Amino acid sequence: MNNMHTFLILAVLSIITIFLRELPYLVFGRGKTIPKWLEYLGKVLPFACMGMLLVYCLKDLSFASVSGFVPEALACGVILLLYLWKKNSLLCIIGGTVFYVALVNLVKW
Amino acid sequence: MNTSNESAKAAFVKTIPVFAGYIVLGIGFGLMMAAHGYSMFWIVIYPVFMYSGAMQYMAVDLLATQANLVTAAISTFMVQARHIFYGLSMLGKYRDIGPLRHYLAFGMTDETYALLCREEKHSDKYYFYVTFFNHLYWIAGCALGGIAGKLLPFELKGVDFVLTALFVTSFIEQWDQAKRHSAALTGVLISLACRIIFGSANFMIPAMVGIMAVLLLMRRKEERYYE
Repeated sequence: MNNMHTFLILAVLSIITIFLRELPYLVFGRGKTIPKWLEYLGKVLPFACMGMLLVYCLKDLSFASVSGFVPEALACGVILLLYLWKKNSLLCIIGGTVFYVALVNLVKW
Repeated sequence: MNTSNESAKAAFVKTIPVFAGYIVLGIGFGLMMAAHGYSMFWIVIYPVFMYSGAMQYMAVDLLATQANLVTAAISTFMVQARHIFYGLSMLGKYRDIGPLRHYLAFGMTDETYALLCREEKHSDKYYFYVTFFNHLYWIAGCALGGIAGKLLPFELKGVDFVLTALFVTSFIEQWDQAKRHSAALTGVLISLACRIIFGSANFMIPAMVGIMAVLLLMRRKEERYYE
């Protein structure tokens, strides 16, 4: 452990993260007109982004072993069923998580 | 009637799932940092200034291997590039807000984005509270993990699935409420294809480029369905 290195890593990671989060506003900030194609992107991106995040949060699934994807697949199934049943997002999130935790801790994989 | 209080209350209710997830994931970060011998100072300073779950986990790796700064910069860019999309789709809501906008942009994590991207236009205060509460949960989680890691080693396997559950649920809900699914399908299929071709560590940037290109190609046909 080295305090200077710890600080520099924090500085680099933080500055780049902030830069990426600010970039769209820097380019298309206050007073500048938003081009039509960008207005369109602003409307469709939330949908595409949730699709991308869906893949992102499941990106480390592995089909090499049963434990690498079955618990996640079953828990996603539970979330979908809970949604179809009650359409309550909090119930889906909590129900899916409790099911998953029980599955990975109680079942011998 | 106190609108600030109401915004805070609405924001708190909205952020409850993130509360659970961030406390757990934050604890994970705190535990790992403590295990590598880092003091509470660093464990708290990291989430305050570099508020990002995935990136902080990666930071532990970069620190443990004494990575050089260029490697660190490149991996940050790869992991965080998706945030450009979040900014682009929040432009309409955020860009005229004023100085507060910098904090809203700084705190736009995946989870905060998932909570806010579909909402109708709210007050600036509501955006602030959702962002700020999530940030606090995350810092609290990291601190708790740091304390726990100094006292006793423990772990409940699988609790971090709560964030996956949040994304899966948000996706299903959005799908159910949308009239048109072309954009959501584009997001899923291109990301999936890129995940298969480029692998888990490198697929996000090609996926973003691909999604943007396909969405723009579909514009003439699809734009009228997204109003």
